[in-house]
Amino acid sequence: MKVTPYGVRGSLAAPGPATTRYGGNTSCVRVTGPDGAILALDAGTGIRSLALELPPGLSRVDVLLTHLHMDHIIGLGFFGPLYIPGMEVHIWGPASATLSLEARLRRYLAPPLFPVRLRDLPCRLELHQTGRGRFVVGKFHVRAARICHPGPTVGYRIETDGGSIAYLPDHEPALGARHFPMDAEWTSGFDLAQGVDLLFHDAQYTREEYPQHVGWGHSTMHDSIVFARLVGAKHLVPFHHDPARDDAALEAAIGAAVADLKPDFPVTPAAEGKSFEI
Amino acid sequence: MAQQSVEMILVRQLASYLFVPVLVVDTTGTVVFYNEPAERILGVRFEETGRIDPEEADRLIELSDDPTAGPDDDGPPLVTALQQRRPAHARRWLLRRGDRVRLQVELTAFPVIDQEDRLLGAVAMFWER
Repeated sequence: MKVTPYGVRGSLAAPGPATTRYGGNTSCVRVTGPDGAILALDAGTGIRSLALELPPGLSRVDVLLTHLHMDHIIGLGFFGPLYIPGMEVHIWGPASATLSLEARLRRYLAPPLFPVRLRDLPCRLELHQTGRGRFVVGKFHVRAARICHPGPTVGYRIETDGGSIAYLPDHEPALGARHFPMDAEWTSGFDLAQGVDLLFHDAQYTREEYPQHVGWGHSTMHDSIVFARLVGAKHLVPFHHDPARDDAALEAAIGAAVADLKPDFPVTPAAEGKSFEI
Repeated sequence: MAQQSVEMILVRQLASYLFVPVLVVDTTGTVVFYNEPAERILGVRFEETGRIDPEEADRLIELSDDPTAGPDDDGPPLVTALQQRRPAHARRWLLRRGDRVRLQVELTAFPVIDQEDRLLGAVAMFWER
């Protein structure tokens, strides 16, 4: 399994010379299976580049949306495979209590926000609602579950015979906890992330920034490391970098958290184009 | 112990901040949490009891109709919340604690149902009359 970030930024794209090392695109990660099956995790602005690098002849691609906040779907309308007749595109994501996934996506993929309607796309589009549960894509065994973030939001655990990753890009497991972490039973995301080889986890804020952002659905770098330690992750990839943090500030902030907590597993901040092999 | 759903986790977190006594049960009626104000009324700390299965809860806390208060329309509100998946209220209930102290309480219970219409548990809020 090969895991490649195409967008690592949270909330808003932040392109420019100050973010060239880690990248300025919003959330999108490609997972390539041993059989060549391809998952795109979220459809932030990074998904446009992901589409440009798909292998020729590919007949199916699966897009797994964690939630429908704009930074996670804004690239969807620019995802090339949607415009290829006959291409099989499966989009997985959460419905809400009153709206189907299709109805929710239509709010973006329709005028006045977007010129092309969802129903007019020439590909073979299939939508799947993923509140919680398991499904299989090629050699991938995928598990989805709701996690703590405003609005319907899921995280994903993806396993093959060779390893596992968990993807929780927007996650605030410390919300309301008087002492974080609580035990496993009472920690959002624990089951999804337990023992994974690679954990992509929200690390948008520093501890100093967090008090002004409680309830916004994101974690501190410290809490990301603490969560990874609790679940026994083998490798943490801090993700969803704040758009206001340039490369130097990002490295300094994560470096400080690592120096403070001294995790006994590697911590590698997600950077566009820097792949992980499992 | 398997991880609770995020909805139940958030219910517990909220309960831990409230002044009103709150008790949280899972779908089997097992008490999975009660907050500090509830500890004061129940006379036992959650750290001491941990989870309480229904049989044990019946032994520790007997909640029954107060014969002096007149009948209520519904049965036990938590049972109604779990079995009928709707909120229920009892204006006058007599709570007999394990230490035999008797308290008259008012109680509201509601089911916790997720966006996929799955019952996850129920919450009881109660207070001394």
